[in-house]
Order: sequence, then C-alpha cells, then structure tokens
Amino acid sequence: MLFLIFLSSGLFLGWSLGANDAANIFGSAVGSKMIRFRRAALIASVFVVLGAVFQGRGTSETLSSLGAVDALAGGFTVSLCAAFTVFWMTRYAIPVSTSQAVVGAIIGWSTFVGQTTDYKVLSVIVSSWISGPILGMIFAALLFIALRKLLRRLKIHVIKLDAYIRISLIVVGAFGAYSLGANNIANVMGVFVNSAPDVFLDFGLFSLDGVQLLFLLGGLAIAAGIFTYSEKVMNTVGNGILSLNAEAAIVVVLSQALVLFIFSSSSLSALLVSIGLPAIPLVPVSSTQVVVGSVIGIGLVKGVREIKFKALGEIAIGWIITPLAAGILTYVALFFVQNVFHLKVSSGASENSDLASSPLSSSSIAETTHYINLVLPAVLVVAAFAIIVLIFLIFRQQKLRLKAENELLQQQNNYYQAQKTLSTMEVSAIQSENNLLNQKLENRRREYTNIALNITSQKEFLQKISSIIDDIRNTDEKEIIDNKLKEVSTILRQKMSFSDETDEFYSKIEQTDRDFRQKLASLFPDLTEQEKKLAILLRLNLSSKEISPLLGISSKSVEIARYRLRKRLNLKQGESLINFIQNL
Amino acid sequence: MLLFRHAQKSIELIDSFLNLIDQGSILFKEGVRNYLYGNRESFLSNLQTLSNLETEADILKRKTENILYTQSLMPQLRGDILKLLEELDNIIDLAKTSLFQFDVENPFIPAELNQDLVKLTELSTAAIESVIPAARAYFRDPDSVKEKLHRVYLYEKEADKLADAIKRKVFHDMPNLKLSEKFHLRYFTLHIETLSDAAEKTADVLSIMAIKRTI
Repeated sequence: MLFLIFLSSGLFLGWSLGANDAANIFGSAVGSKMIRFRRAALIASVFVVLGAVFQGRGTSETLSSLGAVDALAGGFTVSLCAAFTVFWMTRYAIPVSTSQAVVGAIIGWSTFVGQTTDYKVLSVIVSSWISGPILGMIFAALLFIALRKLLRRLKIHVIKLDAYIRISLIVVGAFGAYSLGANNIANVMGVFVNSAPDVFLDFGLFSLDGVQLLFLLGGLAIAAGIFTYSEKVMNTVGNGILSLNAEAAIVVVLSQALVLFIFSSSSLSALLVSIGLPAIPLVPVSSTQVVVGSVIGIGLVKGVREIKFKALGEIAIGWIITPLAAGILTYVALFFVQNVFHLKVSSGASENSDLASSPLSSSSIAETTHYINLVLPAVLVVAAFAIIVLIFLIFRQQKLRLKAENELLQQQNNYYQAQKTLSTMEVSAIQSENNLLNQKLENRRREYTNIALNITSQKEFLQKISSIIDDIRNTDEKEIIDNKLKEVSTILRQKMSFSDETDEFYSKIEQTDRDFRQKLASLFPDLTEQEKKLAILLRLNLSSKEISPLLGISSKSVEIARYRLRKRLNLKQGESLINFIQNL
Repeated sequence: MLLFRHAQKSIELIDSFLNLIDQGSILFKEGVRNYLYGNRESFLSNLQTLSNLETEADILKRKTENILYTQSLMPQLRGDILKLLEELDNIIDLAKTSLFQFDVENPFIPAELNQDLVKLTELSTAAIESVIPAARAYFRDPDSVKEKLHRVYLYEKEADKLADAIKRKVFHDMPNLKLSEKFHLRYFTLHIETLSDAAEKTADVLSIMAIKRTI
C-alpha cells in the first residue's frame, strides 16, 4: 500500500505524459478528423503499454546509471519534483520536456545524497537531447522528400490517397505510441525500478518480471492520461502547431517514432555494436521536441519560410532551464523529506553495488525472486474477457437491429403521415371543387325556378291585359273604355318599373363580384345603396345610356349621379372613374 | 475493405460527373449550331439530351456529396471538392438554360451573324473543355493543374472580345434590325459568353485548390 502511495507521483507523471504527448502522435489525425478520438486513444493506449512493458528497460537503465534512486521516498520525491516542474513550466507556457525534468531531478537527488554524478552518462543524455530533434529533422526531411516523390510518381487519386493515409496514420500512430511507451516509460517509472517488487509472472506466451509490472502500471497511467485528457490537447495541437496536411502528418509521426525507437531499442544498439559501430545511447528524449524538429525538417524541404526559429530557441532554453529547475526543486524537497518527515531518501549503499544489484540487468533475475505461474489465471481471464466481449457484441448487435427496425418503422410512419397529409389535401381539394359545383348547380336551379316563375308571371300579366282588352272590346261605354285604358296604362307603367328582374340582376352581379362589393363597402362606408348600384354597373363598363333604364332614371340623372359618385370616391380631376372602379 | 470501396465508388462518381460536363459542352455547341442553321429537329434532340445530362449530373453530384459526408472521407478537402463539383454543375445548368432559351424565345438571328456566333460558342465550349482536364488533374496530379488552366483564361478572354465585337456589330452595323431584335441578340450573345465566364470561375477555384494541395 505504502508502495502504491509513493508510486502515485510517478503515476501522476505518467498521466500527464499521456495527456500531453499522445497529441504528438495522433494530434494531426484527430484534429483534422481523419481518425476518431476513441479509436486513436485505444490504439495509442494499447501500443504505449506494449512499448513500455517490452522495450522500456533500456532507457530506464541509462537513467539508473545516472543516479540509482534506491529508496521509495527518494523516488517519490524525484518524480514529484519532476512532475511539479513540468506542471509549473507548462502553466507559464514554457515548453518543457518530462525527460529533462526527470534527469534534472535525478541529478538533484544524486547531489543531495552525495553520490557522484556520472558526467559521461550525463553528457550522453544531454547530447541525445540535442541530437533527438536534429535526427527528427533529418528523418522528416528525407521521409518527406521520398514520400513526395513517390506520390508524384504514383499519381494516386486524392480520394484513394485519403484512404491510404488513414490506414498509414493508424499504423504509424501505433508505431509512434509503441516507441513513446518504450522511450518515455523511464521518465515515469525509471526512478522506481530499484524499488520494484521481486516477482516473476509467467503467462505462458510471455512473462513479466517486477520491473515490467512496474512499467505496465506506468503504461496504464499513460493510457489513463490519453483517455481522460488528451482529446482536448489533440484538438488544440492538431489545429495549432500540428495543423499539417495529412502527408506531412504521417512523416512527422513516423520520424518521431523512429527517433524514439532508436533511442530506446537495446537490440538495435547491440546490432550496431556487433557490426563495429558505436552503440546508440538509450535515453528518454522529449517527443515534443522531436516533433518540433520534424516539423522544421519538413519546413526545410518546403522552403525556409516555414521554419519557426522561435520554437528552436525555446527548445534550447528548455534544455537548460528544465533540468536546473527540477534539480534545485528536488534538492530542496529531499531536504524537507529527510529532515522534516524523517523518511529515508537513499539506501546509503555504494553506487557500484547499486548497478550490480539493479533489477534492470537481466542477469539479476535471480532465483530469489518469487516465481508465480499465471498461465491458468491468464487463460481464465482471457476466456472471461472473450465471453464479456462476445456478450457485449451480441447485445450491441441486438441494439443495432432494434435501432434499425425502429428507424424503419419511423420511416414507414413518416411515409404514412406524408401519404395521409397528401390524401387529406386531395380530399379537401375535391371537397372544395364539389362545393363549387354544388353552388353552381344551386344557382342554375334557382335560375330555372326564376325563369319558370317569370314565365308564369308573364303569362298572368298577359292574360290580365288580354282580359282587359277583351272587356274594352265588349263594351261601348266610353267611360268604361277610358277607365280600362287607364288601368292598362297603369299596369304597363308598373310593369316597366318592376323591380323583380332588376333585383335579380343585382343579386347575380353581387354573387359573381362579391369581393368588389365588400371592398367598396369597407373603403367607402358612406355610399348610398343607389351609388353602390351605380358603381357596380360602371364596373360592368356600361354607358350612361345603358345604365339609365336599369336605375330607372334619365341619362342626365345618371351623369349627375356619376359626378356625385366621383366626389364621394374623392377622385381628382382627370382621374377616370371607370378605371378607378375597375381597378378597385 | 469498406473504406476503399467507398473511395472507389466516389472516384467513379466524380469521373462520370466530369464526363457528363464534357458531353454537355459538346451538346451545347451542336445545339447552337443546329439552331443557327435551322436544323430544328437536331436542335430539339440536342436540347433533350442536354437536359437529361443535366439531371444526371445533379444526381451524381448529390450522390458524391452523400458519400463524402456520410463516410467522412477527406475531411480537409471535401469542402473544396464539393465546391468544384458545384461550379462544374453550374456550367451544365447554364448550358441547358441557354439552349432552352433558344427554344422558348426563338430569337431572330441574321444569317450574317451565324459564323460569329458559332465561333463564340466554340470559344466558350473550348474554355469548358479545357477546365475539365485540369479538374481531373487536381485529383491525381495537382502540380499539373496550373499548366492546364492557362488555356481556359485564354479562351475566356477571346470569347469576351468576340462577344463585344458581335454586340458592336449588332448595334452599329445593322440598322435594319428593330431595337427589340438587337436587345434579343445581345442577350443571346451574353448567354453564350456566360459559359466561358463560368469556366473561368471554375478555373479560379481550381487553381486555389491546387495550391492548397501542393503546400
């Protein structure tokens, strides 16, 4: 338990490394939406853990040879001070590397406990800090030239190229994550390796010793950092300094992965030694600085305009400030831990025996370590995991099927609703048409009734006249004849001014031109009934001569009525009354 | 793999779309020539085919849009590519509309203008035909786009000059024409000339897109 508490500072450092450095690998891809964050985070996490567990030993060994922090409290303080330096410098926007902070903190520890710092190792480490970005720059420039030539020669269609780029980004990103885990795990767990538990777990296909378990824990902390916090960083970085086109993004990630891989691969180093070349120093380098170097490398190929000289200067300042700050902080913190909390920050053993007993050297996996066979448990865990995955997949499939069915139902429903609306519209259209036809029919019927009534009344009228004429013919009395003739004349005059037909005429016009009458009534509410009738007749474009019998007045009176109407409608001189009425 | 299948599908769609634009340009040229020389039936057939091509181009454009967005292909470039397709679609739309106007308005064109109008049509369609290889090159070889585009600008400039000359001729040297007929001729010259302008606009879009890809 105490071990885990002391380890927490290292785990925090791991979390912060995951949160920040995963963006160097998948920043461009996620920022440009070529790869979804969750997929990128999963790949990065898996490969970071793999790199840390299977290739993290080399760089940790170098850090150990710089200063073998052999007490848990010491490791805790070193790690915490490095983390604090990183946090503090990031807050003030000073570009910082975890590797440099850790190295500075270890030197601070060495100075505090009185161990002499191996300056040879230190110079190797510092030179790798400088050579890391330079190598990144060279790799990026060469890779970029090669890729550009290849693409120009192959002339791949841009859409197909996009598909290739996506796959390449995933592959290269996985390699980058592996290298990051392998190279940078030393920063996270390097200071704790001397306090690693003496266990050896055999999983059948592979086995893990205490140091690897420690690295596994560190790798998981990095993965946690990637999942919990790196999305924001990826989007910021991906649309900021790493806002590169996809080809350049591949080159940057690949060159970074190569540099980190080279500085962490003990087998590659051994291979070089076997062919007579000098060994490669296995040193944790800053992935951010290698990325900046790579971006500059691409800038060099494209033209000097793209080089950010300010970034170069900031890196150089970081080389000095970060270790110095971390070293001083560690020295002060160790003083407090030792004298205030009375914790042991070093085992007090000599430095030579440190290396010899270091759990990092493969020969040190002695028989004294606890051997635990985990083949069966591992198989069980894998089987359980497979079952859980299977159940999850089945449920997911079920859910997807239900979702698809729901969508189909929804679609059908929408279609049905649309059809229904359409049908309703059709029905209403037919109904209004029917109404119109009914109205026409009704009008026609009324017309026929009127005609019939008219015929009857005409007949009655004519019969009446005929009987009076008969009466006149049958009498010789002048008085009676005069009376009868007067009666005929009165009847005829009455008939001439009869209103039935004219009323019918007006009602018909009203029906056909109802809008006009309503408009007239609303615009000029003071008009008399006679004036309204005149307006309706004028709208029919009838002349005064034609209007006079319809209104039962003389032409002259029509003219006067027209004049009055003009006044009522407020027409100016020269404005045509007929035009006005017709355009109303 | 699904990703490659979608990519292949959208490549095919874009290629077919470009073919349609190319064919549309040829049909427009033929249509105007047939109208000018009174081959009414051939003209109507050209018009019908062009109209079908335009509808087909619209469908292809929409399908491409759909694939690019739903499969989130090329998130950085798809905006540009869709803009290019939009511009090219605009060309075939214009060609169809112009030819329709010949059919609807039936402009009176004096025989002495036939040759000039045929030449103007050829220049305009040459601008379109030059922009298509450049559009194809954008997808596979963006470096060569620029060298393909200079022809478009040349044809557009020549079309402009000729259109001006035609309009001048109509208004200054043809006193027998009614003013309404002169206006009508001016509009139809403009319709034909507009195609080269649309090609030039597409060329502008393309040249910026090509620069963006080569950076």
